[in-house]
Amino acid sequence: MPETMLLVPVRTSKQGTSLNAGKLKPEYQKITSTVEISLDDMERLELKAGDQIRLRARGREIVVSCQQQKPKSSTPGMMFIAYGPMSSELMDGDTAGTGMPPSKHIRVEIEGPI
Amino acid sequence: MSENTIVVENATCTFCGCVCDDMDLTVDLDEKRITKAKNACVLGRAWFSEHTIEDYPAALIDGKEASIDDAIEEAAQILVNARFPIIYGMSDTTCEAQRQVVAIADYIDGNVDTTTSVCHGPSGMAFQGVGESTASLGEIKNRADLVIYWGGNPAEAHPRHFIKYAVTPKGMYIPNGKKDRTVVMVDIRPTQSAPVADIFLQVNPGSDFEVLWALRALVKGKPIDTSIEQRTGISLEKLEDLANRMKSCQYGVLFFGMGLTMTRGRHFNSGALLALAADLNEYTHFVAKPVRGHGNVTGADNVVSWQTGFPFGVNFNRGYPRFNPGEFTTVDLLVRGEADAACIIASDPASNFPRQAIEHLKKIPVITFDPKPSITSKLARVAFTTATYGINTGGTVYRMDDVPIMLRPAFESPYPSDELLMKKIKDRVRELKQH
Repeated sequence: MPETMLLVPVRTSKQGTSLNAGKLKPEYQKITSTVEISLDDMERLELKAGDQIRLRARGREIVVSCQQQKPKSSTPGMMFIAYGPMSSELMDGDTAGTGMPPSKHIRVEIEGPI
Repeated sequence: MSENTIVVENATCTFCGCVCDDMDLTVDLDEKRITKAKNACVLGRAWFSEHTIEDYPAALIDGKEASIDDAIEEAAQILVNARFPIIYGMSDTTCEAQRQVVAIADYIDGNVDTTTSVCHGPSGMAFQGVGESTASLGEIKNRADLVIYWGGNPAEAHPRHFIKYAVTPKGMYIPNGKKDRTVVMVDIRPTQSAPVADIFLQVNPGSDFEVLWALRALVKGKPIDTSIEQRTGISLEKLEDLANRMKSCQYGVLFFGMGLTMTRGRHFNSGALLALAADLNEYTHFVAKPVRGHGNVTGADNVVSWQTGFPFGVNFNRGYPRFNPGEFTTVDLLVRGEADAACIIASDPASNFPRQAIEHLKKIPVITFDPKPSITSKLARVAFTTATYGINTGGTVYRMDDVPIMLRPAFESPYPSDELLMKKIKDRVRELKQH
């Protein structure tokens, strides 16, 4: 059975500053293609900072790099990614009659390092 | 930096919903750039420094440079000839442009929706169901002694919210600033904002509704089982403490963010929080405010509301406005493949919509208006480069607490404003519809 974790897209300061430079610029694309994982989970999954991992949900997949969550905000079982094209790729299109896709708490399978 | 500089005092930052209007901008008029933004936060500094005049064509049709007039004609023809045209975005433009957009939607019997539908749209639904005990940020600054942030991370998304409005500033009845306030943070993890809080409550993902409903019960003196901790991650003791603090404060405020609207429960979460705030008014004064993201998303809600009667997800297919989230909201219209043309204003759905929606966007003619190239503008049939609101154009925006604020532009742009383009498209659409 592949490992699964909760992927939580969030706003970050770096995402906010980099989108002002432009969403087509490398900085924005790098920031929105990086997941933060707790040290416990990184050790369990034998990952190190900068490793590429594949995340799958609902028949779609993305490849992102990983980095360690800051110790003070460490949350095992959850990965955080700056809201953007990568996180949206895994979002479900069913809004349950609200207009809002379920944009946070995406259950993903993890493969990696790749 | 040239010697041809001016200082624009009390300018307004339109990056986020705080809409801070105390910026002192040093502007190099020769280089057409802002070299210093006094009082700006990290996001505001990036907003002002990165919005310079870059060398993009003012208009593109099918990726080729075109005149603005030709692009207006093409855009108008697309909108008039579509059977189900949709208009979306508007959270980063002025109210003056927004009102033109609603008129276009009306003339073409189309659909108009704003980024609210993927932001606090669920809260908009909850406001209609539950009501809103509300206040301005000024009132909160001057009176609130209990400040609760729920499902939001202002330290990263609204950096000046703490220091300008709700945590550290001294107010009329809060003479000692933060010393006179209790700050509570509720989230699924200790974010960058958590150190500001006196009390941090870490809730299990997807159980905000249960916590809010338990608090409603506790506020009314109803019993709650200790098993609440297993479900929500928060002990009954901590919930009782919070409920008591809520009932005994002089003036409380619940600020809430995407942690409620983007997760399981959506409008039920927002509704539970609004109901809790309403309940608390039996004991003290309590208000609730959504913390809004984009600079004028609140203006979009206001303008669309005063022009159509509804805040977002509005459809004119029958010649009069109808509101139905899930039916007339943009993600749904694209995922179901119903829209056959899209006009995207000051937003970038191709970077933050679900894949199925983006795939449909690629199949239909798209018109975009943006100061910079975006993922959406790259797939557009017609793409306009526009002046940046608040930096190059004046106008009105609404702060997240529904307070309108006038903009003081810093320097002129060679690109047209959204308002000017929308007015021209509106006029041309009206002509075409009359024939």
